[in-house]
Amino acid sequence: MKIIKAASIRKKTEELFLEAGTIIRPDILKALKKVTKSEKNKLAKEMLQLIIENARIAKSKRLPLCQDTGLPIVFVEIGEEVFIEGSLKEAIINGALDAYKKYAFRQSVVIDPVLRKPPFKSGPALLHIETIKGKALKLTVMAKGFGSENKTKLKMMNPTASIADIENFIVSSVEDAGPDACPPYIIGVGIGGAAETANLLAKKALLLPVDSKNKIKHLALMEKRIFKKINDLKIGVMGLGGAATCLNVKILTSPTHIAGLPIAVNIGCHATRSASCKI
Amino acid sequence: MNYIIDINNLNTTLIGKLKAGDMLYLNGKVYTARDQVHLRLYKALKSKKKLPICLKNRVIYYTGPTPKKKDSVIGSCGPTTSSRMDFYTPILVNAGVKMFIGKGRRSKEVIQSLKRKKSIYVIAPAGCGAYLSTRILKSKAIAYKDLGAEAIFELEIKNFPVIVCIDSGGNYLYK
Repeated sequence: MKIIKAASIRKKTEELFLEAGTIIRPDILKALKKVTKSEKNKLAKEMLQLIIENARIAKSKRLPLCQDTGLPIVFVEIGEEVFIEGSLKEAIINGALDAYKKYAFRQSVVIDPVLRKPPFKSGPALLHIETIKGKALKLTVMAKGFGSENKTKLKMMNPTASIADIENFIVSSVEDAGPDACPPYIIGVGIGGAAETANLLAKKALLLPVDSKNKIKHLALMEKRIFKKINDLKIGVMGLGGAATCLNVKILTSPTHIAGLPIAVNIGCHATRSASCKI
Repeated sequence: MNYIIDINNLNTTLIGKLKAGDMLYLNGKVYTARDQVHLRLYKALKSKKKLPICLKNRVIYYTGPTPKKKDSVIGSCGPTTSSRMDFYTPILVNAGVKMFIGKGRRSKEVIQSLKRKKSIYVIAPAGCGAYLSTRILKSKAIAYKDLGAEAIFELEIKNFPVIVCIDSGGNYLYK
């Protein structure tokens, strides 16, 4: 049994949101530098350089990378041998609120989604909690901007759909998003489970390192083909064309029903903001 | 082409020179407005009520900045997705707005109204709010302050980079 104090979880959550909101993920920065270097479209190259400059300014001034500091989302993986002293949920929600207040992130939350009345808030953060084996607690925070979240697609495809049909749906989802969601994108795909599983997997796929390789062979091949097709759309940074429409495509899957094939696509912008730690 | 533009003195002749794809560096005053401000301005214009700002020959920037920290003018301040404002844009064009700053695509109705009134739509570097904050000299919330970050701010911008996306001839960069 490992005892973890809620107060330390609150502090960690705050630190992670500061990191996610102001420092671009190293794997994404590396990918951005790579596409900037090879970009042949002059204006697109200039704008890609600006994205890298933006990351430098944000980090040095501790300023949010983007004015949309997102909807705070926290993924918690809690070891079955962990005991939390205090409330886990409160610790995380308060940790996120601490960060948004302390580091002057934007209050972008309406409490009632129908009436949408001010004053706007910066939380509560959305929580996804699951158990894992062992004595560790893993926290992953995401500040998800809604320019990209608004482009999310879910389709309940027929189980007889071909791999090509699946790939076409994913590519067409990006085509529909066009330049609106701040390319070059990170494309998260969730396949299987029920409707909510596919959506959650698509979002979790955005958290995977850009340069990681899918261990499942047929999925790795699909990712490679979809990556090429998306970049062939030539949307490019700010819709200016050029080679970089997406930085990667990541697919996560789950067992599903014989009658169904849920597929979700969640788009991450060029600053897809997340950070994680183990306690 | 690259141009340095004084947006405090916009007129049809100047706007007419600017073509889709041109890079502009803007100097002068802009008003911020996004979703809820558009809804309020739309309702006010429809019911012929007095607006809190004068829109004639002005520039609207679709943004909602992060709060400013001590010793700074403004927080992060990049463009938000323009298409959410499409429905409300023609009425603002008719009210005299000469330039809109945002990111992403626009509807056919927006393109037609811009062409009709010789106004333009420009795109700012998307997702570069920290960088763009360095191009803002002054910032003040001037109306609908209950909306927090969504209030109308008057910003003084300098050397603010944008690309013409829809010019006054109705030419569209994303076609």
